[in-house]
Amino acid sequence: MTDLAHIRNFSIVAHIDHGKSTLADRLIQLTGTVAERDMKDQLLDAMDIERERGITIKANTVRIEYPAKDGHTYVLNLIDTPGHVDFAYEVARSMQAVEGSLLVVDATQGVEAQTLANVYTAIDADHEIVPVLNKVDLPAAEPERVKEQIEDVIGIDASQACLISAKTGVGIPDVLEAIVTRLPPPDEGDRNKPLKAMLVDSKYDQYLGVIVIVRIIDGTLKKGDRIRMMKTGGTYDVDDVGVYRPAMTAVKELGPGEIGYLNASIKQVRDTRVGDTITHEKKPCAEPLPGFKPSVPVVFCGLFPVDTSEFEDMRDAIEKLALNDASFTYEMETSAALGFGFRCGFLGLLHLEVIRDRIEREYNIELITTAPSVIYHVYMKDGEKRDLHNPADMPDMTYVEHIEEPRIKATIMVPDEYLGDVLKLCQDRRGIQLDLTYVGGRAMAVYDLPLNEVVFDFYDRLKSVTKGYASFDYELIGYREDRLVKMQVLVNDEPVDALSMMVHRDRAEMRGRAMCEKLKDLIPRHMFKIPIQAAIGGKVIARETLSALRKDVTAKCYGGDASRKRKLLDKQKAGKKKMRQFGKVEIPQEAFISALKMDT
Amino acid sequence: MPSASSSPAASTDALTEDWRNGGFGLYVHWPFCESKCPYCDFNSHVARFIDHDRWEAAYLLELERYATLTPGRVLDSIFFGGGTPSLMRPDTVGRVIEKARALWPASNSMEVTLEANPSSVEAGRFAGFSDAGVNRISMGIQSLNDNDLRALGRLHSVAEARAAFDIARDRFERVSFDLIYARQGQSVEAWRTELREALSMAVDHLSLYQLTIEEGTAFGERHERGLLRGLPEDDDAAEMYFATQGICDAAGLPAYEVSNHAGEGAESRHNLIYWRYGDYVGIGPGAHGRITLNGQRHAVENPRAPGAWLDRVGQGDPASWEPLAPEDTATEFLMMGLRLREGIDPARYEGLAGSPIDPEGLAYVADLGMIEQEQGRLRVSEQGRPVLNAVIRELLAR
Repeated sequence: MTDLAHIRNFSIVAHIDHGKSTLADRLIQLTGTVAERDMKDQLLDAMDIERERGITIKANTVRIEYPAKDGHTYVLNLIDTPGHVDFAYEVARSMQAVEGSLLVVDATQGVEAQTLANVYTAIDADHEIVPVLNKVDLPAAEPERVKEQIEDVIGIDASQACLISAKTGVGIPDVLEAIVTRLPPPDEGDRNKPLKAMLVDSKYDQYLGVIVIVRIIDGTLKKGDRIRMMKTGGTYDVDDVGVYRPAMTAVKELGPGEIGYLNASIKQVRDTRVGDTITHEKKPCAEPLPGFKPSVPVVFCGLFPVDTSEFEDMRDAIEKLALNDASFTYEMETSAALGFGFRCGFLGLLHLEVIRDRIEREYNIELITTAPSVIYHVYMKDGEKRDLHNPADMPDMTYVEHIEEPRIKATIMVPDEYLGDVLKLCQDRRGIQLDLTYVGGRAMAVYDLPLNEVVFDFYDRLKSVTKGYASFDYELIGYREDRLVKMQVLVNDEPVDALSMMVHRDRAEMRGRAMCEKLKDLIPRHMFKIPIQAAIGGKVIARETLSALRKDVTAKCYGGDASRKRKLLDKQKAGKKKMRQFGKVEIPQEAFISALKMDT
Repeated sequence: MPSASSSPAASTDALTEDWRNGGFGLYVHWPFCESKCPYCDFNSHVARFIDHDRWEAAYLLELERYATLTPGRVLDSIFFGGGTPSLMRPDTVGRVIEKARALWPASNSMEVTLEANPSSVEAGRFAGFSDAGVNRISMGIQSLNDNDLRALGRLHSVAEARAAFDIARDRFERVSFDLIYARQGQSVEAWRTELREALSMAVDHLSLYQLTIEEGTAFGERHERGLLRGLPEDDDAAEMYFATQGICDAAGLPAYEVSNHAGEGAESRHNLIYWRYGDYVGIGPGAHGRITLNGQRHAVENPRAPGAWLDRVGQGDPASWEPLAPEDTATEFLMMGLRLREGIDPARYEGLAGSPIDPEGLAYVADLGMIEQEQGRLRVSEQGRPVLNAVIRELLAR
């Protein structure tokens, strides 16, 4: 147990690639927290996907002991939070668990959209913020300009910013000193009060079960305590408490102001909700912490195994992943086209990609992903309101009064020269401009956009029209009525449910045409001609015809060599497994995703 | 290699073995050419020196070995293929035929075919081949257009080819020749004219192949680099195929197989053994065989390099033997047999596979009018034949 005055709890706010993980690595290294031989890059990012993409999905924490210039040794608890908008709620809770933030900005790039969202979250959590300009050793660094930008855009004083190079280690001691001198210690907590602790995050460890990261507000937590989760109601016996250095290190107890972990034989992560309040069962605290909310999926899609015989393996994989991720939902789905699979709900697109990648990589199951969809509110004429997760479930329009769709507020920061393309992209996606400002060569565009126009490939398009120089962030702002219709795709007169989508009526013809043209290229020629149509209700709005295969027979079979041809056939048999049969037509699996990508 | 002692030919089963439906043939591969044609992916080589005596001895040794494995079988056909077997010494060809006749009983009308280049040099040896026992010549004329012959890398001219053809007509009971269509710069109309010209020569068998660009050939490489210009579009090539059918039908030489046309009774008996899935012995580098021993069919394959094959002959068996699983034999039977206008007997498929052709696949292609079933035969329709690969895939790949 450490004296509150000698504790500093903080997080690091940064845009991807601006050096958050590298800075964390340096802080850990410089304070001797990890032996030199155990150092590896992005020490805190445990998953392959986190390392590869340079993103943090799970909150991590590390305790650093730092002997400051004032002669005291301070305990610094760093919470490394997820930085992505998909995990905005988790970020907010992590921020609540600390008192200050380092704002890391790449001195060659400046402030990005994602930085903004997270820094505002930190400001909302009443953080003291220390600006840190990274990569000052690079020739393209413009620390003065970036300082100005921080002051203009974010509105915090940047005159005292630390100038560092996380890569070379320059300036790191200044950062440590700034943490101690400029960030406040934790608010007064009372170790004699009943236990009140915040559940910051939890993760599944295959040997230890669920490990919970906690921040103690009042009281103490130690081995043998019987605890209760105030929201979910579960009670557990604490087997172990400790801190990360960053290896798990048991301690006797955790007291007010401290951040550490507990291990209580909790079977699944689902039983631990981020933001819940942990207290003692016998002597509970009076009030739980405010602000808890269960996470709600906003993007949905169907996941199906490419090889239908792998459905059971996939079920197993999904259940295992769900144990470790309370925020993603799944339910079995049967598609006439794709067989058995799951309709899954995610916090956002990144979350979707992460889960899909993990199933494919960790469980080695190839997946077909159907078009991502959002939740529409369908108001029926009889007054009923339905939540529509899957366009295939869209009721007959004659019974529908109106449909509402989720809208987002998107913030896009982009160098001037690409602004025109970005505005056009937003316009094309039915965006309404809310704000447009310039800060030193960069524009910040704020748009009100329908989420369904963003879920599929908006980010890809944005990256491509801006050569990767734009940054993008969004938040949900509610539902609004619009003229939405379900567009069906018929291949050889058979509806293909997996290609159904909700579109705005004014954009239906354009989307339908694009879809039919794409499918015409993606479906191999058959022995007969195939009409490909897009339709709304019974009305065909676009049509293409895939002409019949005319000749494919091998002219000559060489000198009785039947083996070569037979082996070729065997290969084709394997290829056929990756196709899906719709009536008489076979559609290759990649068509389901490729057909939905828009080039406009 | 299976030993001779393990193959008593006269088991009761042997009389009903499947291969008997197709017959028994011998293929002899001569791997050498004067020059390599840019479209050819066959096992052919250009050699400066050829030890004809050694090759002859090797062929004879191999014949003896195979005869011990398959004693008493009636030989329906011998085929000298290549490479350019018209570059063989006529007496080598004669000794191989003589030896084969001595080792196996020959059918009354045994066909002995030799592939020949239509150059004047080779035409000069036609008498010798005829005396050696060859009764059918298959000539690689390929085109009746001098420019195109040069583009195809052929060494002969149209005039030479016509002269060689006339000599062959005099010398042999049966003469066939090959033409390649869908050549660079060829129009559908030009092909019609050329084909009619070919039919006007007194010919009873024609092999008409669409030019295909194969990997590992000079054309393949040029094609990859985008340098092979003027190849007809797929639709034009298909048009040429359809034109071919119409013109040959009208001339009394309908297609009895995808690329082969003949008058009644003039079909290549040798190739029918392949397509009817009989047994055949293949000797020479890269030669393939299908040989049934004790009811088990084997895929036999010789090493492709001429030197490697030659060195191994006499040191045991140069070939690899792969026993074919029942479904593999059924697949091969189906995919070869459906090339023929006569089609297949579905009962043979069932006998080989152990189960009938997948009814779902059958219904799918029947429904599309791609196959016809009558009088116990299953055959591909006129409209199905050009898309035979797709038809077979549907029948087998479910």
